[in-house]
Amino acid sequence: MPVSLTSSKLIYDALKECDIGLLSALPETWLVHLIRSADEDPEMILVRLAKEEEGVGISAGAHFAGVKSAMLMQNHGFLASINGIVSFAHLYKIPLLMLISYRGSFGERDPWQTQGGNVTEPILRALGIPYFFLDALGAVKKRIRQAQILAESSLQPVALLLTRDLMWEE
Amino acid sequence: MLRLDCLRSVYPELENCLVVTIMGAVAAELHSLGHRPNFFYLQHAMGLASSTGLGLALCLPEQHVIVFDGDGSLLMNLGGLSTMARYRPKKLSHIVFDNESLLSVGGFPTATSTGTDLEGIARAAGVPRVATVRNVESFRVAVTDAIRGNVLTTIIAKVEATGPAAYVTDLSLLENRFQFRRHIQSLKKS
Repeated sequence: MPVSLTSSKLIYDALKECDIGLLSALPETWLVHLIRSADEDPEMILVRLAKEEEGVGISAGAHFAGVKSAMLMQNHGFLASINGIVSFAHLYKIPLLMLISYRGSFGERDPWQTQGGNVTEPILRALGIPYFFLDALGAVKKRIRQAQILAESSLQPVALLLTRDLMWEE
Repeated sequence: MLRLDCLRSVYPELENCLVVTIMGAVAAELHSLGHRPNFFYLQHAMGLASSTGLGLALCLPEQHVIVFDGDGSLLMNLGGLSTMARYRPKKLSHIVFDNESLLSVGGFPTATSTGTDLEGIARAAGVPRVATVRNVESFRVAVTDAIRGNVLTTIIAKVEATGPAAYVTDLSLLENRFQFRRHIQSLKKS
């Protein structure tokens, strides 16, 4: 499977450097190495979800508990989380660090991913969610740090889009 | 059985717990008994009160967490029940007021009114201890046991579909949220 181990490790290490203590996740192809890293890390609370929207509540609970968290999901999982984002994270000013795999964009071969790819950025903009791309190895650590800082200072959801260039080796 | 009587019967037990409620009648009635800084009322995001309780319980394993859920909310997040059962925090009690109704929008019947069995669903999801209670004394005993016990428990409390005259309280959502977090941080320091 050509999911980049190097990029996945870099992302995981960057999350650890931000003191992320809880990670919620729903598996998708690009996220497998990241989820495995969390599973093998005894210091990380990994919560495997049935549906991504649960992650909003779990991250809110973690925030109340004083634990920094992050959410790993596909863009379709982001779409499935919107009510939670609006009527919990936005309404109650809950910081969320969302790492979203950007499926269905340039280079996508799976037809079923393409519609979600079209609407991901317009919906992030419509929701007023600050977002940036993770697309180059050299910028991963800094971008994750910056996103985490903004989520905590603004008390709102912030998204990082994990791109094909970073996550997929072919 | 009235939800307000149930809440009143366990109110003293809630003092040393972190309490998360759903929106609507549950929030308004608990608030009417006397707000405390360890109560968080999730006034929207139906379904996510249980996920919030799970996040709290996983991060604070020594702290008892109680979620006051409802049939309508739980039916919106049945997957979350499987997540809760998967991690089964020992000090998490999940109380579901089942009035078979979406009361706050005018009393439309939920699927529990036509036979959906939330206790059965919770058990089949893997929640290690489940019960259904139908009177206030059984409720008080079941909830008190759950708080003193050391196992994830889901209690279905069958209550009447009646609620308070109004749902809005004088506690703003953000005030409640910041106070709740500050309270938890103060517990960690002491």
